[in-house]
Amino acid sequence: MSHSLDAYLVLASLMFAIGSFGFLARRNAIAMLMCVEIMLNGVNLAIVAFGMFTPALQGAGQVIALFVMAVAAGEATVGLAIVIAIYRNRRTPLVDEYASMRE
Amino acid sequence: MPTFFSAAPEATATVAQAGSTEQLLMLLLLVLPMAGFLLTAVLGRRMATPWIIAVPTIVLVWAIASYLAFQALVQGAFGNEAITFTAYKWIPAGHFEIPFNLFLDNLTAVMLLVVTTIGMLVHIYSIGYMAHDASRWRFFAYLNLFMFSMLLLVLAGNYLLMFAAWELVGLSSYLLIGFWFYKRSAALASKKAFLVNRVGDVGFALGIMAIWTTVGTLNFEQVFTLLPEALRVGDIQQWMMVGICLLLFCGAMGKSAQFPLHVWLPDAMEGPTPVSALIHAATMVNAGVYLVARSSPLFSHAPEALILVAAVGIFTAIFAASIALTQKDIKRVLAYSTLSQLGYMFAALGVGAWTAAIFHLMTHGIFKGLLFLGSGSVIHGVHEEQDMDKMGNLHKKMPITHWTMLIGALAISGIPPLAGFFSKDEVLGEAFKLGFQWVWLIGLVVAAMTAFYMFRLMGKTFYGESHVDPAVEPKIHESPRSMTVPLILLAGLSIVAGMILGLPFGDSTISRWLEPVFHPAMEAAGVQETTYSLFGVDGVLILLSVAVATIGMILAWRLFGFFREKSHLDKVRELTAKAPRLYLGSFRKWYFDELNDLLFVRFGGVVANGAAWFDVHIIDGAVNGVASVTQKAGDEIRQTQTGRVQNYALGIAAGLIAIAVSIIFLTTR
Repeated sequence: MSHSLDAYLVLASLMFAIGSFGFLARRNAIAMLMCVEIMLNGVNLAIVAFGMFTPALQGAGQVIALFVMAVAAGEATVGLAIVIAIYRNRRTPLVDEYASMRE
Repeated sequence: MPTFFSAAPEATATVAQAGSTEQLLMLLLLVLPMAGFLLTAVLGRRMATPWIIAVPTIVLVWAIASYLAFQALVQGAFGNEAITFTAYKWIPAGHFEIPFNLFLDNLTAVMLLVVTTIGMLVHIYSIGYMAHDASRWRFFAYLNLFMFSMLLLVLAGNYLLMFAAWELVGLSSYLLIGFWFYKRSAALASKKAFLVNRVGDVGFALGIMAIWTTVGTLNFEQVFTLLPEALRVGDIQQWMMVGICLLLFCGAMGKSAQFPLHVWLPDAMEGPTPVSALIHAATMVNAGVYLVARSSPLFSHAPEALILVAAVGIFTAIFAASIALTQKDIKRVLAYSTLSQLGYMFAALGVGAWTAAIFHLMTHGIFKGLLFLGSGSVIHGVHEEQDMDKMGNLHKKMPITHWTMLIGALAISGIPPLAGFFSKDEVLGEAFKLGFQWVWLIGLVVAAMTAFYMFRLMGKTFYGESHVDPAVEPKIHESPRSMTVPLILLAGLSIVAGMILGLPFGDSTISRWLEPVFHPAMEAAGVQETTYSLFGVDGVLILLSVAVATIGMILAWRLFGFFREKSHLDKVRELTAKAPRLYLGSFRKWYFDELNDLLFVRFGGVVANGAAWFDVHIIDGAVNGVASVTQKAGDEIRQTQTGRVQNYALGIAAGLIAIAVSIIFLTTR
């Protein structure tokens, strides 16, 4: 099992699950962004693994992974900027305090 | 939509384009009173003599109108035809294009004479009559507005423009009846007049719409050729023609206060007396007669409608005369008398004697204006007392008022050679000769009643014993000159107008004036031009009507006094005691106000309340129900929107899982 697709997919889904749990459970906006990154990396791992283990793709799955990383970088930038802006305004990083849009 | 619009061109053949002088003068007739109204309305409050603009304006208008009428009637300058011109496009809206066009033919000229002559005299009279009223600037502004509206009404060249003017005279009438709006009765009377007029106006408006949908134009000269043409070739049915005429007549009934829409006119006497004379006796109430006469080319193709016009007219004549017999308020007697005389005019229109109707309109305008102004002078003299039971023996103290009113009373009673004799005789004689003997017979009875109630009024006011309040008695005085001069002028007109217009018999001036206007209608209706025989049937008819008028007059003299003749009020009491029901019925106006109260106020109120309940509970209930259900549901569902990022993320994750699970299930089956 050391060199099979299943091992990579198990790890990838584990990362995605951890990221999801973290995103749902943590209240700190920075931590939530980090969890999103973990989920993205899990997905990236799965893509790369599929690319390597599917002969027809000839390892080209890495290209998609590169795209995802680029998008993730952009997402992290924007996300962090928003979080900082809100933090400056509300003096708290906790997302359950950001409920003023409810009404 | 206009279906046979292309048939128009030859329709305008008898209508000439107005020359530039006439155009200017016709426009001035409208612009001057409007300017007078605006100036008086804006500046009047600050002026010491608020009539300084309004009255000279109307004198000028009178001069212009007289010139135009002279050109049209005597000189025949417009070739005995109509002249017309379009000032501008009033309503340009695609197919629906209504011009602002003015129209002047001999009928218009006659109306111009009546309106401006009496209008001018009433304006002058008002200077004296309203001298003590603080807000008289408002009065003169309204009077100018009325003159503008009335002149527009008679000059209008299409039905819609006429309708606009029709509503404007209604507005001015409303404003002037309610001039003393702080009096509750005046405020109510103005409202009543306005509402009752609306009933008739609905019919008029529907009639105009019917004309538009049938021929696609509202210009008089086109409607009058296209509509009969459409009837001839079978594009419209006979009943449509009758329907259009009846709808137009509906409007005429409202404005001219014919039964059963007569209820507003007696109450309109709450307004100042000059207004009663001008609007509610001499001009505005004649608008209905004018409308029917103007539409004579249509009515002549609808004999069924004409019979109804005659029936309504003659019924109103006798109905109103029977009420006038017992009223105590001097102005109310005159108001019911006006109703009765208007009934005569409609009866004449109905039997096809259009010229006679307009003749009576003219003379009635003169002597009824005179009588109203005279009654105003009396009311002024006895210090705002209108109850005739509190007058009497005034003929020595108010000699000018007395003599002029006596002339007016003789004129309306139809005593030769005064104005009313000629016109009333023409109405009755034509009715008889055109085969409407029943109209003639009722008209004869009305003539006797007219003479009786007029001399009852004269007796109670000027002769017999004085019943004036002893405190007022020594202060009774003749009215100022601005009031007596119009009275004298109108009295002079009442004497000569009949002789000028009504002679020679059979080929009178007025019939020569109006013959070109009514000739097509008379041909279409098959009205035979009867030969006049002074020593035959006409002579007998004249003798009969003069005889019944004299009988009515002498009866009134014996009961209510006349110069030296003493009044015998005990005899009057005896007579009324003999027929108490009849007397009370007449005195209470045959319970028409009560009937209207029951029908429209009480019963109508119940229906309206029911409708209001339905509206509030069912209609509004449904609308509000939908709204409140939505609101409640929103309130509940809003609870799911917590504003917490995690909750939304959980939703997204759950949705993702659901999608993934369902894909797995669907693809691995």
